[in-house]
Amino acid sequence: MTEETKPELPRLTPFIKTNDGGDHYLAGSRCGACGETFVGERRICAACCARDRMETIRLADTGKVYAFTIVERSFPGVKTPFVDVTVDLDDGAHIKGTLEDVDPIMAAIRFDMPVKLAFREATPINAPGKPHLTYVFVPA
Amino acid sequence: MSDVYIVGVDMIKFGRFPDRTVPDLAAEAALLALDDAGLSIKDMQALYCGNLGQAGAMVGQRLLAEIGQTGIPVTNVANACATGATAFRDGWMAIKARVYDLVLAVGVEQMGKGLLGGGGGVSTEGLIGSGTMPAMFAQIGMEHTRKYGTTFEQFAKVSVKNHHHSTMNPKSMYQIETPLEQVMQSEMISYPNTKLMCSVNVDGSAAAVLASESAVKRLGLMDRAVKVRASVMSSNPYEERQMAMPDFTVATRLAAKWAYEQAGVGPEDIDLVELHDCFATAELVHYENLGLCADGEAGRLIDEGATALGGKTPVNVSGGLLSKGHPLGATGIANIYEVATHLRGEAGARQVEGARLGLTHVVGGGPGLGTACAIHVLEKA
Repeated sequence: MTEETKPELPRLTPFIKTNDGGDHYLAGSRCGACGETFVGERRICAACCARDRMETIRLADTGKVYAFTIVERSFPGVKTPFVDVTVDLDDGAHIKGTLEDVDPIMAAIRFDMPVKLAFREATPINAPGKPHLTYVFVPA
Repeated sequence: MSDVYIVGVDMIKFGRFPDRTVPDLAAEAALLALDDAGLSIKDMQALYCGNLGQAGAMVGQRLLAEIGQTGIPVTNVANACATGATAFRDGWMAIKARVYDLVLAVGVEQMGKGLLGGGGGVSTEGLIGSGTMPAMFAQIGMEHTRKYGTTFEQFAKVSVKNHHHSTMNPKSMYQIETPLEQVMQSEMISYPNTKLMCSVNVDGSAAAVLASESAVKRLGLMDRAVKVRASVMSSNPYEERQMAMPDFTVATRLAAKWAYEQAGVGPEDIDLVELHDCFATAELVHYENLGLCADGEAGRLIDEGATALGGKTPVNVSGGLLSKGHPLGATGIANIYEVATHLRGEAGARQVEGARLGLTHVVGGGPGLGTACAIHVLEKA
């Protein structure tokens, strides 16, 4: 590593990847036997139990809000309110996340609202001074 | 195969006992259940002990150190919110398999205050959604809203009902009425779950003495015995969204199907239900999962009062987890105590008149963990 290279931020979750061009994306897996799509890399299909039929894929960057809530109270030290969403990605994967760049009020969010991935620097409550790279959703 | 019976069952009044130990809490319930049966720890051939908070600390053996070290085999069990029911079922299986004919099952938990959830490692809370239990069950409620238009008020009515029921249960943590406006206006934790729509973290213990049919007859205990008509468990079969959104529905539906098959009855035959109302949203979802109504009808069921005491199928007449309290490892056996007490006709002011068949349901799990569900169908012997 040369002195000019900015140290890479640790990933908040291991399925955040970065390609050679420096673009961040989420890694997933698709089963060659049953077609099920998973978040993260894996070898065996939880849906059909097939072994060694998993293909590692880049997950879709866009999707729709399936369910959501506004978290008003969380663990001590966590900034609230924030929007907790379950997103159906456009490739069939399902993923949990925080929806940002919207008012954290019920009236601002609706079922099936289109969203897209963004990657941001954030500091976990139990790792003060250690920013991580995380993914969030924002309105598409 | 011969039937398995409950011949002694009891629970302590749930509360906050920070100055007591876990084995001490367990011992109190164990002795209550043994006394209820008129038996001694010396009569027990095995102990199944459920506890989550000290899962690595041999709570069962420490319990015996409090009430008598007879050398019987001890199985310590941890299985999220299904922990107590899992211990009970392990005892049931041992008798069903004719290994023993008298065993003790105990569930116990000592809990702190505050939110449950999260996990080890670097926290993702707030950054990748929320791992808190109220948020998880808020989304489960919102999924029901998405499908069927269920309202905040309908969810809130569950808390009004269960808190009302608890006013008739001296062993409940709380005995207070909470009118609808109070439930809806209490602190919002995660929409639609307000603070009064979240179960209460309490300390507690419950225990049951299980016996084979021949032991019940030999001991002359059939009068107050309760027959276990079904004892089933499930884990979460694969469902596409459950890695994103913990799922308590598919496991409950699978266990319910097996339980009704094993008991040879249907949901229409059940006189009362104690189900896992860890949050108000959960209760409505489980009406449908347990077949108490068709899919999409849960809101109507609570509106019509069908699940209140005096209704068609009273649910959580104990006050439920929402008001009686939810000491994780004890809850599964406390629910069995409640239903058994009604089947014996000993439930006092909250007695479900003429109760002959009852069902208990617990389901536990969390983000990235999976699900454990246990259902028991009990019948007056």
